[in-house]
Amino acid sequence: MSFPWAKNYEPVNPVMKFMDEKLPLPRLVYNAVGAGYPVPRNLSYFWNFGILAGFCLVLQIVTGVVLAMHYAANSGIAFNSVEHIMRDVNWGWMLRYMHANGASFFFLVIYIHIFRGFFYSSYKAPREMIWLLGVVIFLLTMATAFMGYVLPWGQMSFWGAKVITGLFSAIPLVGEPIQIWLLGGFAPDNAALNRFFSLHFMLPFVILGVVILHIWALHIPGSSNPTGVEVKQESDTLPFHPYYTAKDGFGLGVFLLIYFAFVFFFPNMLGHPDNYIEANPLSTPAHIVPEWYFYPFYAILRAFTFDFIIPAKLWGVLAMFSAILVWFFLPWLDKSPVRSGHYRPMFRKFFWFGLIPCMAVLFYCGGAPAEEPFVMISQIATAYYFLHFLVILPIISSIERPEPLPFSITEAVLGSDKKAVLGENAEPAV
Amino acid sequence: MIRLVGILVGLGFTFVVLLTFLVGAYTAATEPAAETAEHAFHLSPKEDVHFSFEGPVGHWDIAQLQRGYKVYKEVCSACHSLKQVAFRNLADLGYSEAQVKAEAAAWRVPGIDPNTGEATTRPGLPTDSFPSPYPNSVAAAAANNNAIPPDLSLMTKARHEGSHYVYSLLTGYQEPSTELAERFPEALPGPGLHHNPYFANLNLAMAPPLTTDGQVTFDDGTAATVDQMSQDVAAFLTWTAEPKLVKRKQTGWPVLGFLLFATILAWFAKKSVWANAKPRRED
Repeated sequence: MSFPWAKNYEPVNPVMKFMDEKLPLPRLVYNAVGAGYPVPRNLSYFWNFGILAGFCLVLQIVTGVVLAMHYAANSGIAFNSVEHIMRDVNWGWMLRYMHANGASFFFLVIYIHIFRGFFYSSYKAPREMIWLLGVVIFLLTMATAFMGYVLPWGQMSFWGAKVITGLFSAIPLVGEPIQIWLLGGFAPDNAALNRFFSLHFMLPFVILGVVILHIWALHIPGSSNPTGVEVKQESDTLPFHPYYTAKDGFGLGVFLLIYFAFVFFFPNMLGHPDNYIEANPLSTPAHIVPEWYFYPFYAILRAFTFDFIIPAKLWGVLAMFSAILVWFFLPWLDKSPVRSGHYRPMFRKFFWFGLIPCMAVLFYCGGAPAEEPFVMISQIATAYYFLHFLVILPIISSIERPEPLPFSITEAVLGSDKKAVLGENAEPAV
Repeated sequence: MIRLVGILVGLGFTFVVLLTFLVGAYTAATEPAAETAEHAFHLSPKEDVHFSFEGPVGHWDIAQLQRGYKVYKEVCSACHSLKQVAFRNLADLGYSEAQVKAEAAAWRVPGIDPNTGEATTRPGLPTDSFPSPYPNSVAAAAANNNAIPPDLSLMTKARHEGSHYVYSLLTGYQEPSTELAERFPEALPGPGLHHNPYFANLNLAMAPPLTTDGQVTFDDGTAATVDQMSQDVAAFLTWTAEPKLVKRKQTGWPVLGFLLFATILAWFAKKSVWANAKPRRED
């Protein structure tokens, strides 16, 4: 669906006319990311990150498929096959650094996209389904990234796989059989490496499918916007093309500049040196840490150190999974009718002075060794994390007095809404 | 209903994690964790040397890599393998094809006797990798007091600030300080171990490999001090860990230059497209 004033696709070129009759692909593109898709005119650069996440997914699939042509998923030669890519494959070093740093930047972009959703309450009606699909994409991406990190078969690959699959052993009674079943053995070995490779190759295409659903669901109500006021009239919107294609083009340029600066000048900064040591089941690294993008959740996992009724490890696992699962319930936990944090004084304070510092602390503690004072600090932050989403958010959504909202997007942009009309030059000269 | 359940779950997790915090705080207050010798005496790699390949426009110092190779060949290779590197890669170090062939032939690599099929050794070919000094890890352990000398191919990438780490380790052997002996007598080197504050647990099995000036004779006449040999072999091992390091940086600049240009164009394109977007007020 779209707004009544959305422009209709009218092919002029006979080839496109033919195409439109037989298989209306050009019409699909026109209505999805072309002039036929009206978008709120006031989107900030925070709304670039959806496109950027899609770009990262494609980048990972393209570089990954080529890397898979040279990589060997066998525990005897996996480590050496990665070094073969780095040394002997033409531009193999660049492909691998692009893929490894691409994963990091994918998560960076996704986190900004998610936290933009938190601040502007993008999860609220009528966009609940977009949000739910987004959390599914995040979970799938975490699984894919974890399995990808195992493939180079370095020390952190091996011990990371051992720790993460070990989480399942915390499940009462059936935990250990499940862990053995997942690994295909008692410890990570060739069976585990092979299935992780298979899944790491397959899951990105599942993610792509869910991304298509995510975008489909987005096109039903249309994008949210920084005021949180829904589109009311034509002057509230601009056609996606050329306005947002131009804005996204600039955003993509800035993203690529930062990304390639890392690829070419700090390619190993976001990784761990221990992963350049071949996996050795007999030698445990001093500090086993996951990749940086898992730090906050790793900190929550390790925050539980006391057996209260059930073992501490099980508490940690429950808390870590709950920390993400709680996002699924946000549309029903936050009942405030106002979406944007700009008009919610209490919500805004808890976001900037509660949630953001809490995530920063969890991030830092997740990468730090499991010693005091980091464990105690991460325990306080974990407590706040759950309080924020499950207690504070429902309560402030009931007691808060939101600030007055603009009547419409046009009023928010212009200051007055009543007589606003599209300028006669609103159609750009292209 | 969802909110009520949510609040209860949230309070539940908060209660448990705060309980575990109190238990941890009580333990920390009553039995504070003792400081370890590693915490007190381990040093980060020295920062006072500069390598030519560092920085955004880094380049290899070919003469230094050749000197470092000689240190590896004459000292390190007695115990350490370099299995990711092939003799043909030495062409990167400025050697001609004939020199690479001659260099490879000077090494003995494992082979098979063509007449008897028995395991034997033969002169190396450019396509061969550097041979391991030991036939297997059992032999390596047996010859080295159970401490297997690690492969050096990736050493500078497998440690934080790897090039500086190798240099610091090689020049960092010293007698344990009296303070260490007083506070942590158990951290003093045991038999067959050597104190080195740059090593993770302060004691390593490797005896100081570079001990006297002139231990290696450099072909280019550079004075072979322990410091010079350590720097040179650290540079060589940086090359073995990432032979494409300089090519990577050299590729980076045109890529970033192009992207900067494209991004500036995209900025002006965005500005000109959006110039017409402001709705006008009908006053």
